[in-house]
Amino acid sequence: MSKQNTNITVTSLLKKFPKANRGDLIPILQCVQEAEKFLSKNAMMEIGDFLKLPLSKVYGVATFYNQFKFHPPGKYQIQICRGTACHVEGSSTILAALISDLKINTGETTPDGLFSLEVVACIGACGLAPVMSINGEFFAKLTTEKIKHIIQDFRDKEASNE
Amino acid sequence: MNNGLPSIENYLIGSNLEYFNSCLLPEVSNPTSEDIAKKIETLKNDTVDKPYFFIGAGTCGLGAGALHTEKALIGVLKNINVDYEIIKVGCIGLCFAEPILDIFLPGKNRISFGNVTSDKVESMVKALLQEDEKVLCQALFQYRSKDLKVWENVPFMEDYPFFKKQKRIVLNQCGIINPLSIGQYVAHNGYLALAKTLKELTPLEVCTIIEKSGLKGRGGGGFLTGKKWKFALNTPSDQKYFICNADEGDPGAFMDRAVVEGDPHKLLEGLIIAAYAIQATKAYIYIRAEYPLAIAHLEQAISDLYAWKILGSNIFDSGFDLDIIIKKGAGAFVCGEETALIHSIEGKRGMPRPRPPFPAVSGLHGKPSVINNVETLANISAIILMGCEWFNSMGNNNSKGTKVFALSGKIKNTGLVEVPMGITMREIIFDIGGGPKNDKLFKAVQIGGPSGGCVTNENLNIEIDYDSLKTIGAMMGSGGLVVMDEDNCMVDVAKFFMDFIQRESCGKCIPCREGTKQMQNILEKITRGRISEKGNDALDRFKGILQLEELSNTIKETSLCGLGQSAPNPVLSTLKYFRHEYEAHIFDRRCPSGVCSELINFEIIEDKCKGCTLCAKKCPSGAIKGSPKAPHYINNEKCIKCGQCLKICKFGAIIKN
Repeated sequence: MSKQNTNITVTSLLKKFPKANRGDLIPILQCVQEAEKFLSKNAMMEIGDFLKLPLSKVYGVATFYNQFKFHPPGKYQIQICRGTACHVEGSSTILAALISDLKINTGETTPDGLFSLEVVACIGACGLAPVMSINGEFFAKLTTEKIKHIIQDFRDKEASNE
Repeated sequence: MNNGLPSIENYLIGSNLEYFNSCLLPEVSNPTSEDIAKKIETLKNDTVDKPYFFIGAGTCGLGAGALHTEKALIGVLKNINVDYEIIKVGCIGLCFAEPILDIFLPGKNRISFGNVTSDKVESMVKALLQEDEKVLCQALFQYRSKDLKVWENVPFMEDYPFFKKQKRIVLNQCGIINPLSIGQYVAHNGYLALAKTLKELTPLEVCTIIEKSGLKGRGGGGFLTGKKWKFALNTPSDQKYFICNADEGDPGAFMDRAVVEGDPHKLLEGLIIAAYAIQATKAYIYIRAEYPLAIAHLEQAISDLYAWKILGSNIFDSGFDLDIIIKKGAGAFVCGEETALIHSIEGKRGMPRPRPPFPAVSGLHGKPSVINNVETLANISAIILMGCEWFNSMGNNNSKGTKVFALSGKIKNTGLVEVPMGITMREIIFDIGGGPKNDKLFKAVQIGGPSGGCVTNENLNIEIDYDSLKTIGAMMGSGGLVVMDEDNCMVDVAKFFMDFIQRESCGKCIPCREGTKQMQNILEKITRGRISEKGNDALDRFKGILQLEELSNTIKETSLCGLGQSAPNPVLSTLKYFRHEYEAHIFDRRCPSGVCSELINFEIIEDKCKGCTLCAKKCPSGAIKGSPKAPHYINNEKCIKCGQCLKICKFGAIIKN
C-alpha cells in the first residue's frame, strides 16, 4: 500500500494498541469508527497491514457486525429502536414517518449531510417504547407527531447556526 | 454485625485489612475500628444529616428526562439556600414512573416520587421541605426504617402493589445505592462474600455450593451453573477463562443493563468468585456497545477495584490473581450463543461451531472457559453469604431462586420485576403489571424473545419455570415479557420476529439462513395487499400455512445452533394459538386487529368533513390534501397508516377500512 494513502488519524489511533493481535481487531475497528464516524477502505487496509491480516478478513469481520458503517453518517445520527416492545407500541409507523419526513431510507444519509437513519435491534429502554436516539440522546414514548417536532427542532437549530 | 452476618474483619488480616480500611476511610490515617464503623454507617445512608435527593438516572430515567429534572432541582435548591446532596442512582424497575426522585430528609423516611418532570420539581420540593402534607398524595411509596419518622398515608415499599409480590435478590440495591460508589457497596456487606470465599472455601467447595443451590443459567439455557463450573474446574489447563455475557441481544429484555448500570459491583463480585471457582485468571465481560452508560459504570467500578486491590494479583492475600477486561460487542444477536461469542472475542466473525467440545473443555483460544450471563453472576454473592439451602428454599420443584422479568408492551406498569420461580403469569401481568393499558383486552404475552413463544389467556395460570413453559411451546429465554392486547396482530408479530431472525442469522448453516428467509417471504405474501401482488403470489398465499409448518420443523431439526433451532418458535406458537388470524389474512385478506398496513386504508367521509385542516396539518407524511372549509381527501400512496388523523378528527369523518 502506498504511503500517501495512510490516514494520519488511523495511524495515530493504532499506536494505542502496541502488542496488537487478532483479538484486537474488533476493538481497533470500534476505535477507528468512533474517531472517523465510519470505516473507509483506506482505514481498513491500514488496519489489515497493521495486524498482518488480508483485507478480506478485515472486511469480513467488519461487515458481519451491525455496528460498523462504511459510508459517512449524517451530522445527526438517528437510531430508531425496532425491538419487540417498540414494535408492539407501533415503531413501524414511527419509522415510516421518519422515512417520509427525511425522504431517505434506513442506512442512508440526507443529501445535505444533516441526518442519517439507522435501525437498531434494541436500545434497552423497552419500558418507554417506542424510543429512538439522536447522537446518543434518548427520545421516549414517541408518536408520529412528536417525530415531526423533534426533526423540525434540529433543522431550526441548524438554520440558526448558519 | 449486620443482619447476623460477620464483618469483613473476620476474613481479612494484617496489612490486608489495614489497606482495605485505608481505602474505605482515606481521610484518616490509622483509623480505629470505631472510625470504620462510623464511616460504614455514614456510607450506608440509613440516616442523613442534610436533605438527600436520589434521581433515577439509568437509561430509562435519562430517556424520560432525568437530567432536566436534576437541572431544575439544582436551580430550586440554590434559590432556597439549603445544604444538600444529589445522588444519581440506577433503575429501581418502575420504568413507567420515570423520572423518579427520592427525597430523604433528616429524621424522616426516604420517600419516592414518580413522574417528576422538570416542571413539577419546584412545587414538589418546596412543599415537602415545608412538610406540606398535600404533596404526599403524589408519592409512590416510602422506605421502611428502624426509627425514622413515618410519612402518614404513604405506603411502604413492600406494600406498594408493584413490589408486593416481588422477591428481590439481584435487584435489591438497584436504584437505591450509588452505583459509582464502591464504599457504599462495601457498607452494604459488599465483597464480604468474596472475602469469605477466598479465606474459607476451596474452588471445589464453591462449585458444590452453587450446584446444591439449584441456580440455573439465567440467560435462557437453564443449565445448572455449579455443574458447568465443575466441568471447567476438572479440566486441567495452564490457562482458563471466565466470560460474562452481557450482550443482552434479546429485544425486549433489559435486566442485565439495569444490573450493570445500577449495581455493577454486584456483578463484579459474582464474577470474581466464579473465576476463583474455576481457577480462571482472566475474565472478560462481553457487553453491548449500545449500552454506553452501563459500560461507563463498569469501567469506573473495575478501576476502583484495582485501586482497592480487589482485582489484580494476590487478591486479599489469597494467592489468587484475576484481571477483568471489557469487550464491547459490535452488535450481533447470534453472539449470545457461547461459541459465537468466543469467536467474537477472538476477533473473528461471530459464528457458532458444533458442540462438543463444550467451551468448559475447549473454549476461548482452545482453553477451558465458562460463560455465564449477568443475572446468573449477580446471584452468586447472596448464595455464598446466605447459604445454598436459603436459595434452594425459594422457587418450585425444578427451578430455584428468583427470576428477573422485563415487562413491556401494552401493559400499565412497564419495568423490571424480580419474582420467585413458580409464580403464575397471571400474577405478574395483572397483580404486578396492573394489566393491559387503557383497559384493553389482554391477548397474549410473548416470552423468550425471538426464540420463545406466546402465553395466552388459557395458560395464564401456569407456574413459571424452565420446564412448564416448554410444555406450552414457549421458553424462559432471558426473561423479556412483551404484552400484547386486542390491537396487536399476531401474524404481524410473527413476521417481526422472522424478519429479525432472518437478518441476524449468521449464514453458516443452510436451514437457518435460507429457511428463515423463505418463512419471512411467506409471511410477507400473507400480509400483502392486492395492489402489490405479482405472479404466483395469490397461489402462494394459500399454500402458506402448510409450508410454514413444514419449514419450521425442518429448520428446528437441522440447524446448527440454538438460534436456528428455536427460530421458528414464534411462528409455531402463534400458529397454534391464533390460527384464525392467519386464516383471516390468507382467505379474507383481512387483518382482524387492523395492523398490517397493506390490508387497511383510511378514508375521509365527505359529508362529515368540515375542512378544519387539522388532519392535514398533523399528517406526518403529507398524505392529506384539501382547501380550508372544503372536504379533504387522503392520498393512499403517500399514507403510512399511522392512524394519527383518525385519533384527532373531531367530527368522526375519518374511518379505517
